[in-house]
Amino acid sequence: MRVALFATCFNDTMWPQTPKAVVTVLERLGVTVEFPLEQTCCGQMFTNTGYAREALPLVERFADVFGAYDAVVAPSGSCVGSIRHQHGTVARGCARPALAERAEAGARNVYELSELLVDVLGVTDVGATFPHRVTYHPTCHSLRMLRVADKPLRLLRAVRGIDLVELPGADQCCGFGGTFAMKNADTSVSMGSDKARHVRETEAEVLVAGDNSCLAHIGGLLHRQRAGVRVLHLAEVLASTERDFAADQELGAVASR
Amino acid sequence: MSGTFIGMPAFPVAAREALDNAQQRRNLQHATQTIRDKRAAVVDEVDRWEELRVAGAAIKDHVLTHLDGYLVQLEESLTRAGATVHWARDAEEANRIVTALARETGTDEVVKVKSMTTQEIGLNEALEDAGIHAWETDLAELIVQLGRDRPSHILVPAIHRNRAEIREIFLREMGKVGTPAPEGLTSAPHELAESARRHLREKFLRAKVAISGANFAVAETGTLVVVESEGNGRMCLTLPETLISVVGIEKVLPTVADLDVFLKLLPRSSTGERMNPYTSTWTGVTPGDGPQQVHVVLLDNGRSDALADHVGRQALRCIRCSACLNVCPVYERVGGHAYGSVYPGPIGAVLNPQLRGTESPVDKSLPYASSLCGACFDVCPVRIEIPDLLVHLRTRVVDEKRGGLPSGEQLAMKGASWMFAEHTRWERAQRGAELGGRVLGKKDSIGRLPGPLSAWSDARDAPIPPGESFRTWWKRERGQG
Repeated sequence: MRVALFATCFNDTMWPQTPKAVVTVLERLGVTVEFPLEQTCCGQMFTNTGYAREALPLVERFADVFGAYDAVVAPSGSCVGSIRHQHGTVARGCARPALAERAEAGARNVYELSELLVDVLGVTDVGATFPHRVTYHPTCHSLRMLRVADKPLRLLRAVRGIDLVELPGADQCCGFGGTFAMKNADTSVSMGSDKARHVRETEAEVLVAGDNSCLAHIGGLLHRQRAGVRVLHLAEVLASTERDFAADQELGAVASR
Repeated sequence: MSGTFIGMPAFPVAAREALDNAQQRRNLQHATQTIRDKRAAVVDEVDRWEELRVAGAAIKDHVLTHLDGYLVQLEESLTRAGATVHWARDAEEANRIVTALARETGTDEVVKVKSMTTQEIGLNEALEDAGIHAWETDLAELIVQLGRDRPSHILVPAIHRNRAEIREIFLREMGKVGTPAPEGLTSAPHELAESARRHLREKFLRAKVAISGANFAVAETGTLVVVESEGNGRMCLTLPETLISVVGIEKVLPTVADLDVFLKLLPRSSTGERMNPYTSTWTGVTPGDGPQQVHVVLLDNGRSDALADHVGRQALRCIRCSACLNVCPVYERVGGHAYGSVYPGPIGAVLNPQLRGTESPVDKSLPYASSLCGACFDVCPVRIEIPDLLVHLRTRVVDEKRGGLPSGEQLAMKGASWMFAEHTRWERAQRGAELGGRVLGKKDSIGRLPGPLSAWSDARDAPIPPGESFRTWWKRERGQG
């Protein structure tokens, strides 16, 4: 099976280890991964801040670059949510009905990582080993826009050596919310502090989620608090194997990011 | 809209003050969590809740698409039943009509059923200016009124107060305007309730005029419906000689049968009860029974503007249950006052800019008062897509600013869009980040940042860009795209 990877602009630049991990997991499962270099950004930041006109060229580009693929995967629930739920609306709002239809048809083949693995490839055990105490935060867009339900948890439960603990108030928003984190910084930090407190209560070593932007927010708070909790994208946990762990132990830095 | 709220600062500023109020935050957290749990439990009991939501949304959408016809039908039915119908374009006109009607009776006081619509138009203040005292009879509204406070929640206006604060207010204020609170009043709920009951009973028995809103208005029969919990509404609707109801034009339902859907959706969504204790229906005048003068003021006040917006009009489906407030993580932390309106929370963030326009600082900021987490949509009994509406209104706010001198944000967004429109431009920008990452080297994060970025970094560390992007790695490793 051929799958196109949409790395997302943020992951491409700030967290390259996440799309790398997606490649690792998919190739381990025998999937051929393509990375169309013409890709840029899904436009979510523009759309959600009210800049639909600025998002339009990116909606069009996404449809041009990815429209022909049978399956596209992205390691971000919120970007996939925006592609699936907003691209058509943006195009229609800018009086581009033909583009709206094309974007909506293309979006049907775009999957968040856990959806691709569980629904399309039919796999829950991806052959990962991750011997750590882990808690999982279901990001709002995965949870409510994509309705991924317990797919990420099913994938995590199948990871060897993992000690998966429940996060109190897991379905509460962490307060990132894109530009909300800047425009309403005080409220955002207040929400994030409660999330960070819940994470600490679990005594987990690692907080896992399917969106690095939410993790950057919660992780940024935890780091400022010197909480000693690392944040890690789901893809990176799923990419870890016994061999990585042994090598890391030698270096004395367990899967450091 | 209500004069009380004029001059409200934009949401982020008001929110900051609210966040500093630890007592209020504790009260809110406790109360919203309690209602949230109750609601979830009673909604789970209903097998076909989703079908009910769809039905509720469909009925409301049907009414909104044919509002002109249903309003004419409502006026005819009400008139036939002996009520007098008045039309009010805006708050000022509605207040003028109600004040004149109250004056005609020769009274200098009215009792009120809790009503969002009269709060919206600032009726109490308008009556006060005309020398007429308006007494709120809903317990929570009474607390807000006696405390010279503003409501902070649609359903539980005094949600931000705890029992100790309420006791203080009763002891201090009740005696000034009627039957005083008993000496030695404690903060036990039954004592507080008894004290309110005694205070209000005197007002019910004396009042000649009552003012209400309505949860629903049935076009077919001219029947108004009020749903409540305490019985004070029933007292106001039956005891006085004159009843004046101020009703938003979006409250119309075609037939009595439609109530079936909404009387299932509303109590479970709002109070987490299977059914509310009191549902009162009245149809015009019944000779010798209840108010003999019945006036209905049908209020627009921005509703036609909202209706004209094809995307935004779904906000008019709202039945004021407040379920979205109780699940909203933003509301839970800042409370209702920061929204600068009697309609706070997620629904307020979409309804106010639609009813009032997006000119004032607070109305411009409201569509941004959300992290777009989507919890509000999941609980909305009439499936209002609040997150989509917030984005829709953000687009309106941004588009209204276009054409003038561009702001820093506008320039940044335009620049970023231009950059992302061509991957070659994006790659060039990325190389800057890679260089930055290599310069910053082994540090694992960045602390406090200057300028606008301090909004992020005051409380959060920021990640350092890596020395190599994924794209560069891919090209190096795989040699192509």
